[in-house]
Amino acid sequence: MADLAEAKAVGVTAGPRGRAVKQKTGRDDWLMRGFMLVIGLYLLIALAFPLFAMLSKSFEAYEFRLQHVEIELWQDGAWSPAETLQDYAARMEGPLNDGLVPSERTRIQALELIPKELREATPRYRFRDLSPEKEMILYDGVLSQDESWLEAEAENLRRVLIRPVAHFSAGNYLRYFSTPTLRQSITNSLFISTLTMLIVVPLAFFFAYALTRSRMPFKGVFKTVAMMPILVPSILPGIALIYLFGKQGIINWVLFGADIYGPIGIVIAASFFTFPHAFIIVLVALSISDARLYEASTVLRASRWRTFWTVTIPGARYGLISAAFVVFTLTITDFGSVKVIGGQYNVLALDIYKQVVGQQNFQMGAVVSMVLLIPAVIAFAVDRQAQKRQVALLSARAVPFSPKRHRRFDFAMLGYCSLIAVFIAGILAICQYAAFVKLWPYNHTMVLENYDFNRMDGGGWSSYGNSIVMSLATAVIGTLIVFTGAYMVEKGRGFQHGRSAFQLLAMMPMAIPGMVLGLAYVFFFNNPDNPVNFIYGTMIILVVSTVTHFYTVAHLTAVTALKQMDNEFEAVSASLKQPFYRMFSKVTVPVCLPAILDISIYLFVNAMTTVSAVVFLYSSDTQLASIAALNMEDAGDTAPAAAMCMMIFYVNVFVRLLHAGATRGIYTTTQAWRTR
Amino acid sequence: MKQRFLSCVAGGLFAVTALTLSAGLAAAETELTVYTAVEAEDLEKYASRFNEAHPDIKINWVRDSTGIVTAKLLAEKDNPQADVIWGLAATSLMLMKSEGMLEPYAPAGLDKLSPKFRDAANPPTWTGMDAWVAAICYNTVEGEANDLPIPTSWEDLTNPVYQGHVAMPNPNSSGTGFLDVSSWLQLFGEDGGWGYMDRLHQNIAYYTHSGSKPCKDAARGEVAIGVSFAFRAAASKSEGAPLEVVIPSEGIGWDMEATALVKGTDKMEAAKTLIDWSVSEDANRMYNEGYAVVAIPGIAKPVEHFPEGIEEAMIDNNFEWAAQNREAILREWQSRYDSKSEPKS
Amino acid sequence: MTDSISTPQQDETGHSYLVVRDLTKNFGDFTALKDISLEVIEGEFLCFLGPSGCGKTTLLRAIAGLDIQSFGEIHQGGREISTLPPAERDFGIVFQSYALFPNLSVKKNVAYGLENRGMNRAAIDKRVTELLETVGMPEQGSKYPAQLSGGQQQRVALARALAPSPGLLLLDEPLSALDAKVRVRLRHQIKDLQNQLGITTIMVTHDQEEALTMADRIVVMNHGVIEQIGTPEEIYRDPASAFVADFIGQMNFAPGTIAEHGGVRLGDIELACEINGFAPGAEVTLAVRPEDIRFDPSSTEGGNVFKVRVAEIEFLGSFFRATLESPGLGSIRLIADLPINTARRLDIREGYEIAATIPPEFIRLYEGEGRSG
Repeated sequence: MADLAEAKAVGVTAGPRGRAVKQKTGRDDWLMRGFMLVIGLYLLIALAFPLFAMLSKSFEAYEFRLQHVEIELWQDGAWSPAETLQDYAARMEGPLNDGLVPSERTRIQALELIPKELREATPRYRFRDLSPEKEMILYDGVLSQDESWLEAEAENLRRVLIRPVAHFSAGNYLRYFSTPTLRQSITNSLFISTLTMLIVVPLAFFFAYALTRSRMPFKGVFKTVAMMPILVPSILPGIALIYLFGKQGIINWVLFGADIYGPIGIVIAASFFTFPHAFIIVLVALSISDARLYEASTVLRASRWRTFWTVTIPGARYGLISAAFVVFTLTITDFGSVKVIGGQYNVLALDIYKQVVGQQNFQMGAVVSMVLLIPAVIAFAVDRQAQKRQVALLSARAVPFSPKRHRRFDFAMLGYCSLIAVFIAGILAICQYAAFVKLWPYNHTMVLENYDFNRMDGGGWSSYGNSIVMSLATAVIGTLIVFTGAYMVEKGRGFQHGRSAFQLLAMMPMAIPGMVLGLAYVFFFNNPDNPVNFIYGTMIILVVSTVTHFYTVAHLTAVTALKQMDNEFEAVSASLKQPFYRMFSKVTVPVCLPAILDISIYLFVNAMTTVSAVVFLYSSDTQLASIAALNMEDAGDTAPAAAMCMMIFYVNVFVRLLHAGATRGIYTTTQAWRTR
Repeated sequence: MKQRFLSCVAGGLFAVTALTLSAGLAAAETELTVYTAVEAEDLEKYASRFNEAHPDIKINWVRDSTGIVTAKLLAEKDNPQADVIWGLAATSLMLMKSEGMLEPYAPAGLDKLSPKFRDAANPPTWTGMDAWVAAICYNTVEGEANDLPIPTSWEDLTNPVYQGHVAMPNPNSSGTGFLDVSSWLQLFGEDGGWGYMDRLHQNIAYYTHSGSKPCKDAARGEVAIGVSFAFRAAASKSEGAPLEVVIPSEGIGWDMEATALVKGTDKMEAAKTLIDWSVSEDANRMYNEGYAVVAIPGIAKPVEHFPEGIEEAMIDNNFEWAAQNREAILREWQSRYDSKSEPKS
Repeated sequence: MTDSISTPQQDETGHSYLVVRDLTKNFGDFTALKDISLEVIEGEFLCFLGPSGCGKTTLLRAIAGLDIQSFGEIHQGGREISTLPPAERDFGIVFQSYALFPNLSVKKNVAYGLENRGMNRAAIDKRVTELLETVGMPEQGSKYPAQLSGGQQQRVALARALAPSPGLLLLDEPLSALDAKVRVRLRHQIKDLQNQLGITTIMVTHDQEEALTMADRIVVMNHGVIEQIGTPEEIYRDPASAFVADFIGQMNFAPGTIAEHGGVRLGDIELACEINGFAPGAEVTLAVRPEDIRFDPSSTEGGNVFKVRVAEIEFLGSFFRATLESPGLGSIRLIADLPINTARRLDIREGYEIAATIPPEFIRLYEGEGRSG
């Protein structure tokens, strides 16, 4: 049918003879499609289906259908005529259940509905459930299964509970938007994220500016220090701020009595952990700018100031936009630092946590998640556009700029960078110090007590081991999935629609906040009817969630590496009658090995530090170090939490060094071909 | 090189996984999944004391704060993961009983328990361990520095001098928080109780997720006063924190830590063994190491750093009422005070 | 235009190895190849020549199975391969980018297609050595591609493509990325190699010089259709269309009208020539190659002589190029190339007036209003 239509359409212009040709699918094509199907299926199961499950959960509301419960009273030796509980409720004075909106676990005691006078005169009651769903009546722990009468003596009446019935409605959303305290979080989240963005982007810009446009010394050190926040969980800056600016903080006089618990603390903490992300984007943007423009500007005798505004800023504009939105997204989706230092200040990400963990109100958690998705998706879309244009600028043939010595300017830049570096290093140092102190602030004896994690909440030292195992698994499995998937998208032949769909799926995780993904997993995988339900509560689901959460950046890294490979390799290989996997393993993988290592280290480090992607998914057997730190802080064990954060930092530093060594090793031994 | 690297990683991963697995397998014959809200630092002790008597049963703890464990159990109602609940608030167990999640069982030695410390039904669905009582942690150093008098009653805490100096647990997640709130509602009446909390709210620096945190924060001087529970107060004090433990004069809320058998467990024998031991005198003596009031009368010895007169100060707690109204109370509380964004003062 | 498709010519000595029949390729609404039919004779060197976007690479990729055609058939060595994936066809391919595997040594690159086919190590080594000798690089086997010059890399790519002894060699602009000198040298090497091996070869190029020097036959393509197929000589001497005439070599174009008694009128000048069935009064484009305009001051009689003035003269090394005007031609200017000897002998300079001759056999007429040369 489709062929016919196509032939007709073409017939007008080209006048072909014969039937449209379809290529026979070769063994390679089948294999590749198979792989793509498997990885596409992975993304569907690990991303699309859970999100859909969450969307539907957000529309799940509960109500009491009292008209379905019939009641009869034993009075004067006979059963009274049957009435429904609705009839009794209608005669009540006050509102039902104190006017509370029913949730999954709300129960009404039948007792409440029957007036006291009537109760005094009634020795026995009987109920029956006429609802189509059944299970509306809970009597002494047993659910009604059919329409038979359940009898209760008067003294047992309090044991008769009525359960609400689930139905689809937008009620949760209406409730959300009509609850001022919940709604306030939207404003708070936007405020915090915008403020952080406005602070971090200029800070990061001038830091990157100093590194690319001055001749100050210690550039390598500054770059290393600036990247350190990536290696720690986002609760670390929160903890450090308590020790710095809290009631007992060593330099709390800096705040002039202002309270660190709240927006101030959140913004400082967010500035800390978003800084490297903004910095690296701006650094790339500044590195690609064209020296010839600067020469032209100098020839035109433009002042440094004018050059800055007419050359530097426009050249880096997409980088700046991109950095701004990345900072915005990271801040709005983070909950670790808010949890620790947010005080009474509510934000969307924390609301999800509180609804789910604090109140086990999953429906409302789903609603808040959907709300949080909106700014995250918008920010993601803007960032993608900016990134694309930035890449377009990149491809222009530019002459690298090498700055000239300029004493005063270099000195000023050195001073500025030192300030930032001291701030970052100081945050880490204070955490390490606090982790050794016996009892802050009263007893500064150095002890190791705070490392006795087994005596604290959060799973103890085994959580640290779990984290390492989980991160290794994430790095290995994730790299395998991501790279293979990227290869299929980038180098596969034909099957165009499948590949486009796959690409779209691969880009999605970036727009999904970790907590939202985690919660979606709860809905999707914690369902006994789900055939993959068995992974719930295991290490597997943590790995799946982490791989998926960090999929996009890893995927883009892989795609970029693959794009740099000659597009004709596959054609050559096929002409030489070699299967694609031989090409893949003998050429593609070795050539892309540096990128593959980058992906695995990225996944490892993020798996070690992530809180949001796993906070709803860990079980008692699979506690993780970052979650342990969160829970220890939560229980008031701040110093052990700091100690755990630093342990995460050290393992990440260690792995980073290993990675640097391995990369260097690869370049010198196996990649000799790169040098002429 | 590449292959070697990958196989190294894979090999390492395999080794670690294998170690983790074998560590699990090398254990005793029966494993029990036990849900608990007992303080984390006590878990090892509870397990090892139990194992002294029954080395063939291994306990896998799932610990969280009372609210979370309760919610978790309710959420898993259709597919229970726990075999035994050991050390959860009796009010929570009552809620579970009404949902039909618990298996009634009369443990050996049940008759020795004080009648207060067991479910009235026969056989009981839960048995008590110890009383877990509210207390105020007052940091003497910060109190002096900020000119804060030692509070002696709940009412004192509403004194404007304490504004921003008090932390208390959020009853939605913390069992301690809930027993505070339910005790105030019982002590001051419904209207009086909410009125009291309205005034107290003005002084609260922050509400915490966990019941121990206010006291731990008071111990660190992060707040001057933490509304918490006696066990935590005594423990922090014995670690050297400059704390004074206050038992408010109006009386203190309390809850029982209790034990119950989860309906549907396939390890019934081992689970019953654990429950039998949990009401034993040995167990009660162990509870007494941290708690002043335990289920078997006459066993308790004074606990270091515990204030005097706890047993007298404990209010006549109506657990049934608290359990039945738990959800309504929590929602009311939430709508009144969980508005962290609300500008205070 | 479609009328001017030439039917494939068949050399009496060879038989068709590759037959392309009615091939059409659409990319969405765009038709990249329109009803292409051609036959490639066993052992010949065929060039697809045309400007970029003419469809030559698309045609090559369709033959390779890399981008399959929308309609039409391809037969290779008597076997229909129209729908086969590349791996099931029989060809070796060399790309402009060399596409050498950067992490494999030269030897391993060449051996790549030999492995996995039940050949033992020694046999593979032998074959690789042989091929490297054939392409003149016996000493470079252990180097990596990045350590070689462009020309060397392309020779390795050629060796790699030839290693499994394919029936068909496809070359996709193999010389375009190279320096001018290397390019010329490699032309000869490839051509010699092809002669020596006798392998049927198709090369895509946009460089007419390359096509003229290397090909046995050239397929000139434009806008997705074949304009002409023929030997280099035929194509140069007898371009089948104005496009071919323009694309290959230098050509003067001028608008003219068919005169009443045969011949063509160009401005005021009437030139005798073959009119190819054009009716009198028809608008035509006259085409004549610059080297076909002759200067003979002695002969003023005979046909096709007219007075011109040398408006400009340019020295181009081996010859002079003169721009000619004539009152009789109006605004039309003609370009003539004349050997250095002739120019010296006649002492042609700017401003000179002289008689020019265009022998009738060198005048070609194409349909329609002229294109400016």
